[in-house]
Amino acid sequence: MSWDRNQMAAIAARELRDGWYVNLGIGIPTLVSNHIPPGFSVTLQSENGMLGMGPFPLAGEEDADLINAGKQTITELPNSAYFDSATSFAMIRGGKINMAILGAMEVSEEGDLANWMIPGKLVKGMGGAMDLVAGVGRVVVVMDHTNKAGESKVLRRCTLPLTGKAVVDRVITNLGMLDVVPGGLKIVELAEGVSNEQLRSATEATIVN
Amino acid sequence: MSKVYSSATTALDGLLFDGMMIAAGGFGLCGIPELLIDALRKCGVKNLTVASNNAGVDDFGLGLLLQSRQIKKMISSYVGENSEFMRQYLSGELELEFNPQGTLAERMRAGGAGIPGFFTATGVGTIVAEGKEHKDFDGRTYILERAINADLSIVKAWKADESGNLIFRKTARNFNVPAATCGKICVAEVEEIVPIGAMPPDGIHLPGIYVHRLITGTHQKRIEQRTVRAKEAA
Repeated sequence: MSWDRNQMAAIAARELRDGWYVNLGIGIPTLVSNHIPPGFSVTLQSENGMLGMGPFPLAGEEDADLINAGKQTITELPNSAYFDSATSFAMIRGGKINMAILGAMEVSEEGDLANWMIPGKLVKGMGGAMDLVAGVGRVVVVMDHTNKAGESKVLRRCTLPLTGKAVVDRVITNLGMLDVVPGGLKIVELAEGVSNEQLRSATEATIVN
Repeated sequence: MSKVYSSATTALDGLLFDGMMIAAGGFGLCGIPELLIDALRKCGVKNLTVASNNAGVDDFGLGLLLQSRQIKKMISSYVGENSEFMRQYLSGELELEFNPQGTLAERMRAGGAGIPGFFTATGVGTIVAEGKEHKDFDGRTYILERAINADLSIVKAWKADESGNLIFRKTARNFNVPAATCGKICVAEVEEIVPIGAMPPDGIHLPGIYVHRLITGTHQKRIEQRTVRAKEAA
């Protein structure tokens, strides 16, 4: 047993606080927007230049001038605001965004994050990920605990080129939730049906009590 | 002196030379100066360095200038949607400088604002920081990033008045503002040119001081990832 993608997104949504401005990455992090607690005002930033990102449009209502950072068509909300890319990253770099929830290829026990490049494979670019992890107050990673070969993605040290050094605060995987603390990672919560031993054996990083 | 030109080709007349650096607006295919890119292809100017967040797709946007081998180097944050780009890059025909997206935007903004460089924490501890000056401020490490000053800026806006004041639409503003400011000359293409006085001065997104030449024309405005939701049951 473990958490599925939707459950991981729901767990990540518990990080949200009323009034926060949040940037959600592509993949599972995007699903977090389906789990915003009722009554919470949470404003989603799209780093291509929008606050107050709305849902996908209905068929026929797509607008080429209104896309998210994943280049998907989206809609606006009554409180939306548009701005240019320099302003967008000024608010990111300036620490105005309360939290970023991102996917990852690897996370280290010191909070290093690798999510943009696999040497020898097609390099697409880092986009805004390096800016986000360096500038945003709280960085939460949501990812599978192991790769397709069953190897841990939660490591002592990242093997892939970094997106940021000592930037991750919390990791939510299909097996559980871990916090980056002095000396390693601390288990905060186990996924349904996952034992402490299972989580530890799937984790290469140092786990501290 | 009128800023309004009859076509993209005439608007670029006298501005182009081989080996020049061009800053282009747009994010993905949203808000790209598609008419000016087409005109660059027709003019055949070569060995271009292009600072643009993305590189278009194979058959649209900057991808057209890659196809025609007019680009020597790209400065971008994300190029995942362009297979011709990847082919040229992996074969060594094309130089590529990856910049974090916010660093790229700020390099353009700084260039337009007379700031030769700036310190940022973005990229510290990554390959982006290699070879760059590091400096600590208040206990945190930053790297020095240099401004971008382009020979030419090409941007796309929604509306302009005849004095070059620009209004953008929704997320098509993106890199168009910082890109417009960092060039010696900026040519803007818009969907509509209106008479002076027809746009509210409080609603101008980019003042005409940054815009030297203007054209209008028909835009394709392609959608890269058409994503829709199902209609909720009434």
